[in-house]
Amino acid sequence: MTHTPAPARPGISMEAAQRRRARLAEQMRVGKMTRTLVTPEGAKIHLKLASVAERAGAFAIDVAIQWAIVIGSLLALGYTMRAMGYDEANVAFAFWLVFYFFVRNFYYIFFEIGRKAATPGKRALGLRVAARNGGRLTADSVLARNFMREVEIGLPLQFLLMGGDQVGAWIALLGLTWSGVFLFFPVFNKDKMRVGDLLAGTWVIKTPKAQLMQDIVSAVSSPERASRFAFTPQQADAYGIHELHVLEDVLRQSTPEIKQQVAARIRAKVGWERGTGETDLAFLEAYYSALRKRLEQRMLLGERKSDKYDVKG
Amino acid sequence: MSDMLKSYRFREERESDWRKLDLILTRAENGGVKGLSDDEMTALPRLYRQAVSSLSVARSISLDQNVITYLESLCTRAYFFVYGARTTLGERMMDFLRRGWPQAVCGAVWPTLLSFLFLFGGVGLAFVLCLQDMEWFWTFHGENFFDGRNPDATVEYLRSTIYTQDGENGQSELAAFSSFLFNNNAQISLFAFALGFAFGVPTAWLLLYNGVSLGSMYAVFWQKGLGYEFTGWLMIHGVTELFAIVLAGAAGFVIGGAVAFPGQKTRLASARASGQKAATMAMGCVIMLVIAALLEGFGRQLINSDTARYAIAVTSLFLWCAYFYLPRRERDL
Repeated sequence: MTHTPAPARPGISMEAAQRRRARLAEQMRVGKMTRTLVTPEGAKIHLKLASVAERAGAFAIDVAIQWAIVIGSLLALGYTMRAMGYDEANVAFAFWLVFYFFVRNFYYIFFEIGRKAATPGKRALGLRVAARNGGRLTADSVLARNFMREVEIGLPLQFLLMGGDQVGAWIALLGLTWSGVFLFFPVFNKDKMRVGDLLAGTWVIKTPKAQLMQDIVSAVSSPERASRFAFTPQQADAYGIHELHVLEDVLRQSTPEIKQQVAARIRAKVGWERGTGETDLAFLEAYYSALRKRLEQRMLLGERKSDKYDVKG
Repeated sequence: MSDMLKSYRFREERESDWRKLDLILTRAENGGVKGLSDDEMTALPRLYRQAVSSLSVARSISLDQNVITYLESLCTRAYFFVYGARTTLGERMMDFLRRGWPQAVCGAVWPTLLSFLFLFGGVGLAFVLCLQDMEWFWTFHGENFFDGRNPDATVEYLRSTIYTQDGENGQSELAAFSSFLFNNNAQISLFAFALGFAFGVPTAWLLLYNGVSLGSMYAVFWQKGLGYEFTGWLMIHGVTELFAIVLAGAAGFVIGGAVAFPGQKTRLASARASGQKAATMAMGCVIMLVIAALLEGFGRQLINSDTARYAIAVTSLFLWCAYFYLPRRERDL
């Protein structure tokens, strides 16, 4: 069977169609990582699951911190032990060993049992642990998910360090494969759960802090500017929601050069004559308001125009 | 023209409340609940409900990406705050000691018996084998066993390891050694718990292995006629320590059983339900092992009378059993 391209819509080039397909695929991918939580009030909140890469990154930070604590305390201990007698030094070392055990096993529990439900590594990447059923994260769950770490990380590591003679090496390889199942468990399930998460009924979600910025529409609220940019309904219908969002990004965070290029393209597309003393920024803001108004009106009537190719009727 | 944009007017009306909620949440996240005034605490639920309803409305009328992203993040943060854990770490620990731990142990009697059988089956097996032929000791421990306590040792040497002599100043070394043992035991218990996930098979092996190494050691002392003394030396802390290991194994079996035989539930739900109970047991084991290490590090070196050692062993067994298995009244219901 030969590969046939998707039926081209009128006025859509091959390249544009490819870009559109890539965009839709990306949307699907993001959608797959989103879970809906219905609050007791009946409202829906979308939770984004942390990706495997983010989880690994957070873990790397946490391990680095753990090592820093262990090495730092060992150095401090070594320094003070020189001043101590033999007996005292031994007792101090005994206490350090217990301390080491607790750093190794209770570092994650200590932080996740707290209010933020996240270790420093997770917090740095904007992640937190949450109960899968949307309820309270219990202490038992935190214990369960972190005690399992011993099998997920410790076991493969032990098999890796094993080895020796021929038979030993084969056993090590077998063990490594077996324990590798635990290590790579998050990669192979759709909720990106570790074995510990599975057992504890938890998952790790993203909780980025977002800033509320000025509404772009507020810049165009003066009647003088409103009268200057009067777009016809056809002009305001040229684009869809995707383009509106791209335009929003352009207005919020791009350079003047990009704004100039975008303004030129929109003028050409909608057939807008550049007036005297009209800045690119003013034009873009005005067109953004007009487009948003038009699209929001249509949305209230139940038709979402997803992008500029989305023409019905 | 913009005064006709519904989404703009909508935002203008509620923005100040969103920002108020944002401020309260930021303060609470940084400083805890104590940083909030009474007014803020009472305003919080109302502001939260308002933000959540704003989000639903915004999704249907606004195309401002920034507003929706912001509300989504605000509501998520507020949700976890409002419905999150309110108890402090201290309260959680008290709850664990008062109810969570004994309940979890009491509810797992059969896995505990199974685990007990594996550990003491190992002890019995090695003991009998070693008494018949001491060569077995070397099979179990390997030729490079670092300790002097082996079949070739003299009775006097073995006796000296059981009691602390006058003027002996190896106390501190023993403290270091007992904390090393604690590390080892506690790590093994957590391992026994975690390995339960593989249907409990590695847990059983771990228990058996530990039992065998204990049983063969026992045989060495028994053969030299030091059985009674060695039991006292071992059991002063061993009751607590072995009980902890048995319970850790039981925790592993609880998980293994739930994964292997989920019954009516799905495998996932079954694992989840038992995983939390088992984790509570494993946590308890760590506490028991800390106590065992204290008994070992201090009690055993200071108390050299066999009778006193046996008394402590029996008392600790009695206390643990009472703590775990005695039925208790429900107070706060």
